[in-house]
Amino acid sequence: MSKRVDVVDLNVYYGDFLAVEGVNMNIDAQAVTAFIGPSGCGKTTLLRSLNRMHEVLPGARVKGQLLLDGEDIYESGVDPVTVRTQVGMVFQRPNPFPTMTIRENVLAGYKLNGARLSKSQSEEIVETSLRSANLWNEVKDRLDRPGSGLSGGQQQRLCIARTIAVKPDVILMDEPCSALDPISTLAIEDLIGELQQDYTVIIVTHNMQQAARVSQKTAFFNIAGTGKPGKLIEYDDTTSIFNTPQEKSTEDYVSGRFG
Amino acid sequence: MTSSLTQSDKRGVAGDRVFSALTVSAGVLILLTLAFVALFLTVNSRDAVYQEDQGGWILTAFFDYAYPLVIGTLIASFIALILAAPVAVGVALYISHYAPPRFSKGIGYVIDLLAAIPSVVYGAWGMSFLGPALIPVYGWLHENLGFIPLFAGDPSQTGRTIFTAGVVLGVMILPIITSVCREIFIQTPKLHEEAALALGATRWEMIKMSVFPFARAGIISGIMLGLGRALGETMAVALVLSPGMLTASLISSGNSTIPAEIALGFPEAPPGSERQAQLIAIGLVLFLITLLVNMTARWIVSRHKEFSGAN
Repeated sequence: MSKRVDVVDLNVYYGDFLAVEGVNMNIDAQAVTAFIGPSGCGKTTLLRSLNRMHEVLPGARVKGQLLLDGEDIYESGVDPVTVRTQVGMVFQRPNPFPTMTIRENVLAGYKLNGARLSKSQSEEIVETSLRSANLWNEVKDRLDRPGSGLSGGQQQRLCIARTIAVKPDVILMDEPCSALDPISTLAIEDLIGELQQDYTVIIVTHNMQQAARVSQKTAFFNIAGTGKPGKLIEYDDTTSIFNTPQEKSTEDYVSGRFG
Repeated sequence: MTSSLTQSDKRGVAGDRVFSALTVSAGVLILLTLAFVALFLTVNSRDAVYQEDQGGWILTAFFDYAYPLVIGTLIASFIALILAAPVAVGVALYISHYAPPRFSKGIGYVIDLLAAIPSVVYGAWGMSFLGPALIPVYGWLHENLGFIPLFAGDPSQTGRTIFTAGVVLGVMILPIITSVCREIFIQTPKLHEEAALALGATRWEMIKMSVFPFARAGIISGIMLGLGRALGETMAVALVLSPGMLTASLISSGNSTIPAEIALGFPEAPPGSERQAQLIAIGLVLFLITLLVNMTARWIVSRHKEFSGAN
């Protein structure tokens, strides 16, 4: 299952501060969409509003519509908890639950839903999820060891396994490789390519080569200056963004002539 | 021979030495103090367990004297913990994760203020207000649950029972446990909280998944600090409790605790007498109990080090 995401006239606020202004975009299902742009342009803020994680911060709120296969996740009466079970998230720094074993980490989402799993069911979920996260062979002999004992790259793949174990429709990734070495980064990028077959993947990245490597579509965000809201400047096929951008600022940014 | 490697920042080195000397002496000082207390207690309690004219060792006599007090102390502290720990964890959670930010500071101050009230005030409150207020409760417990040994026996007519003392102790240790828990809860990494939320956890599930596991060691430390205070609290118990023989009943008068016994008995014990040695000896027993409690707590905390998130 994967769902498309439509953003309609979205404004994102921190208290009175408008952080992201007037975003309209249609994000395809079963594709990888990359958000790029300079620091502070609101990419992460927008990403976090896609699964209602933005509002966890005090004073943070959102205006506009965000449609998940046509259903507005910001409509009154929608439970953010339900939204988050359908829109999973992988964070900048790997964050496996430190007190849980590798196995428990993968099953954490099921535990939350209160699902009663038989031993064989949970074994199967653990194995499939870890396999799809390309981690199974590395950890299959130590499933009962703490997740925090793994390397950074392995921890991040464990977090991805934890996210896909509950079979979300959309996976959000907030600079998932920024804390990792090149080899682990490559492993995650390969994985993103595979995830795309089953999920809608949206990834924020500072690494333009990464955006070019993994995504089909790219959105470029920018701010006019400090304290101004971030805006969506250009959104197109990744090849067009990197080769024939329509906007001057996009061209400057992707060619490294920024600022 | 001098090379660029043998030279060093002289002032930096001196500062380093001074600071290291300071920390070492602070550490040694606390150990010395503790050692002297232990030594004082041990030496002065000799007469309580050894009397020439009674035929040498009189351990049994001392044991008969001490064990009701030990049990009384443990009962009062246990009641205090049972009452205070869940409330303290709840209050700390409310302050750290539920209260609107504007209120949480204020509530924190009020709780800390509770810790600043002198124990004699708590004692007076327990004796003249809480005790009498609990009399009907004791009556009810005796009538309806009298078949349980804890509520058997004649209910106290003054309310000055070990249970009242336990309640007063509970109120007294509440702020310590709350403060420690609150500090730890606030420090839960945002990353872990968001990991739980992003998986579709409600706030309570998030707390169970990320806050409690992270705070586990801190909660235990807080409870142990509270228990330490409850074990050693003198004034409040001395005022609230009308001491007596050891009894299983929590609602009749009777029982006593080590600190209360020492406080009430010490002024009347002639210096150098066997009675004074006896009081110092039960002080030593209390010292050992506290040590044991703290060591147990350390052991519990260290058992799951691997999973603590510190690595």
